[in-house]
Amino acid sequence: MSVPFILFFLFALAAVAGAIMLIVAREPIHSALSLILVMVSLAALYLLLGAEFIAAVQVIVYAGAIMVLFVFVIMLLNAGVEQRTNLSKMAPYAGLPLAVVLLFGLAHWMAHSAIGTTVANGVGAPTQTAASTRLLSEMLFRKYLFPFEATSILILIAILGALVLARKPE
Amino acid sequence: MNVVPISYYLVLSAILFGLGVLAFVFKRNIITIFMSIELMLNAVNLAFVAFARAHNQLDGLVFVFFVIVVAAAESAVGLAIIITIVQNRQTLNVEQVDLLKF
Repeated sequence: MSVPFILFFLFALAAVAGAIMLIVAREPIHSALSLILVMVSLAALYLLLGAEFIAAVQVIVYAGAIMVLFVFVIMLLNAGVEQRTNLSKMAPYAGLPLAVVLLFGLAHWMAHSAIGTTVANGVGAPTQTAASTRLLSEMLFRKYLFPFEATSILILIAILGALVLARKPE
Repeated sequence: MNVVPISYYLVLSAILFGLGVLAFVFKRNIITIFMSIELMLNAVNLAFVAFARAHNQLDGLVFVFFVIVVAAAESAVGLAIIITIVQNRQTLNVEQVDLLKF
């Protein structure tokens, strides 16, 4: 058992535990805090995969900005304990068999495909990791310049849309 | 350095995505349902990063960046819609927002 394995299982366990807590929590604020746990452990896994820039963006944008927005809306709407209602009648007959088929199909495909045996380190991983953010920025501002500029317009539209939707009704 | 096989990351991604779908189906609070969508986006991002690492291609990381940017825009608009729904219906329970339900 080497150090990356131990770190992987530690953070994977934290992520899965956070996701389960998101489901079982009755208060929305508890769900939000467990989602933050999932996002921070995913950022650690990105670091383990050698993607420092994505890990930083994950913490700053996801765990920082987006989750603050969620917590703010929970506070604004004074969201209390969730009400429970009955499940759909279709769930035991259609949902469960479909979920089992999907799980076993996925497991079978994982076990028998070539990607299952690939080791996630690539060629010359340590040296490439150090320059990965620089290479990423070059790729972002050359190859993907148009999508990058398009996202800035998307963000502008999102800001305007949020302002129009959330303003006080006359 | 990193000796964790790529399939471990993919299985974790699949588990997180499945839990996100479960939360989406089972939760009744509209804000929690929106959070489960973010969970699913995170699971997909993990698969993107793992594949980018396995193939030693940085394109996957650029896509993760775009997914995060679009998720930020989506959450801003989505939460504004939630605020409008609560102003109009005075409820956070999706069972009670059923005007279009057949």
